[in-house]
Amino acid sequence: MSLVLKDITYRYSQETAYEKTALDHVNLEIHDGEFIGIIGHTGSGKSTLVQHLNGLLKATEGVMEYNGENIYQEKYDLKSLRTQVGMVFQYPEHQLFEATVMEDVCFGPKNQGLTKEEQLERAKEALKSVGLKEKYYEQSPFELSGGQKRRAAIAGVLAMKPSVLILDEPTAGLDPKGRDEILDLIKGMHEKMGITVILVSHSMEDVAEYVDRIIVMDNGSVLYDDVPREVFRHYEKLEEIGLAAPQVTYLMQDLKTAGFEVDCNATTIEEAKAEILKLC
Amino acid sequence: MNIIEAKNLVHEYIREDEEGNVEERLVALDHMDLHVKPGQFISVLGHNGSGKSTFAKHLNALLEPTSGSLWVNGMDVTKEENILPVRQSAGMVFQNPDNQIIASVVQEDVGFGPENIGVPTEEIWQRVEKSLKSVGMWEYREHSPNKLSGGQKQRVAIAGVMAMEPKCIVLDEPTAMLDPDGRKEVLAAVHQLNKEKGVTIILITHYMDEVVDSDYVYVMDQGKVVMDGTPRDIFSRVEELKEHRLDVPQITLLAYELKNAGLDLPDGVLTREELVSELCRLRDSNPNGSEVKDNKE
Repeated sequence: MSLVLKDITYRYSQETAYEKTALDHVNLEIHDGEFIGIIGHTGSGKSTLVQHLNGLLKATEGVMEYNGENIYQEKYDLKSLRTQVGMVFQYPEHQLFEATVMEDVCFGPKNQGLTKEEQLERAKEALKSVGLKEKYYEQSPFELSGGQKRRAAIAGVLAMKPSVLILDEPTAGLDPKGRDEILDLIKGMHEKMGITVILVSHSMEDVAEYVDRIIVMDNGSVLYDDVPREVFRHYEKLEEIGLAAPQVTYLMQDLKTAGFEVDCNATTIEEAKAEILKLC
Repeated sequence: MNIIEAKNLVHEYIREDEEGNVEERLVALDHMDLHVKPGQFISVLGHNGSGKSTFAKHLNALLEPTSGSLWVNGMDVTKEENILPVRQSAGMVFQNPDNQIIASVVQEDVGFGPENIGVPTEEIWQRVEKSLKSVGMWEYREHSPNKLSGGQKQRVAIAGVMAMEPKCIVLDEPTAMLDPDGRKEVLAAVHQLNKEKGVTIILITHYMDEVVDSDYVYVMDQGKVVMDGTPRDIFSRVEELKEHRLDVPQITLLAYELKNAGLDLPDGVLTREELVSELCRLRDSNPNGSEVKDNKE
């Protein structure tokens, strides 16, 4: 068991007129090797939640454990936690800053105190795993295309060899092909390197397609925590809280209303296709 | 007369070294032709780097053509004296709402544009009221923009553009940063402006399902228009779209895959309703279809 949140509550601007409870007694267990999606409308607490996972925010109440250790105990090594639980923020390319792609990716390992050679080795490995070609290594990161910049930024986090990777809307602003490429890349890292992945997303279709487990945040609490099929079964409730189900889930509902005998729980194109072909 | 008329439009980004010698030329728009009739709802698709945003920036004279011609609302954008009137005719809404809102109160933000062009105070307030009502944000007029959701902020940004009474609004990926609800809100507001106020809309987006209700779609790649047609035409060409790094709406893709698996479905199914009625048609016209199940039992 790798990350455990026990009764986590977080209040912004505590003891001021602007006090706001962003997380309200959240209990979660995130196990090694899981591929998790977190969904919720803007302001539901999902970003606040993920910022607790690597200790960027400290809970007002409650305990968070990483590999069995309370990260809020005195002298806990938060710096090391942050290298093990890597975070890719929204629009990570805005955080590129070095003169070359290689130097940028080396920045993390350098701060971990690795030798120059180790840094380079880590960086090369990371750049390779995000599929960035060698000809870009010595270029300025600002000359890359949008999708390439994002890969470079993800490589910067991977170079620290995290065992948990959190990505906050990694596909925002990318074209459909770029979206698929980044998601396939993440899926590949999850499968090949066994990294635990936590994906924050606004796309119900992407979440349905890629993750094994969905956590739905609403009003600072966990509303649902289940496999995609089960979560999207509650599509009416999801709409109430500003979310939706994948398009195909609605289609299956419509088919049922039109008198077809279908299983309404399909959440991906593959599932819907199989279900419809059974009819015809 | 077309409200937007681009002919052989070329734009090159030119990088110069310190002495002013040309180091690199990047052709972002490559002899592009595109025209829009007043009142149309147009979508522009294209992968990252295909030239969509460069084109959008020409529409309100933020960038100047390297060669070719572009007329907006009957005005040649390359003429210095037309720059301000062009900007007034074609308003822009960008991706990130936080970069476009400047005032600390919603109604002041919306009033900023008209105030800048010297509209009399009384008329400013009338315009603010009209614009905020047209995007459904009137009740938030005294709120601080930073407490609004992404979709609400984006609607305030659209109201700010509406207050300039433009003929045409260009939206460059206005929903990329929004959650599903926010996306719905913004699209509904834009469609309403198009239908009720007759504002011409140019929507640039990466979300294929936002394009389904447009009148006409242009697909760009490498600075050129490579496909154009109605949404149904465009989304019938699944493989061609994929070559341009694009996609089709999920329902269209499902229908396409079902067709490939042998079902007798038409090309370019756009909505759930269409697919359901097509499947019903198949069921009703084919007595060996779903009834087979009953016979088996």
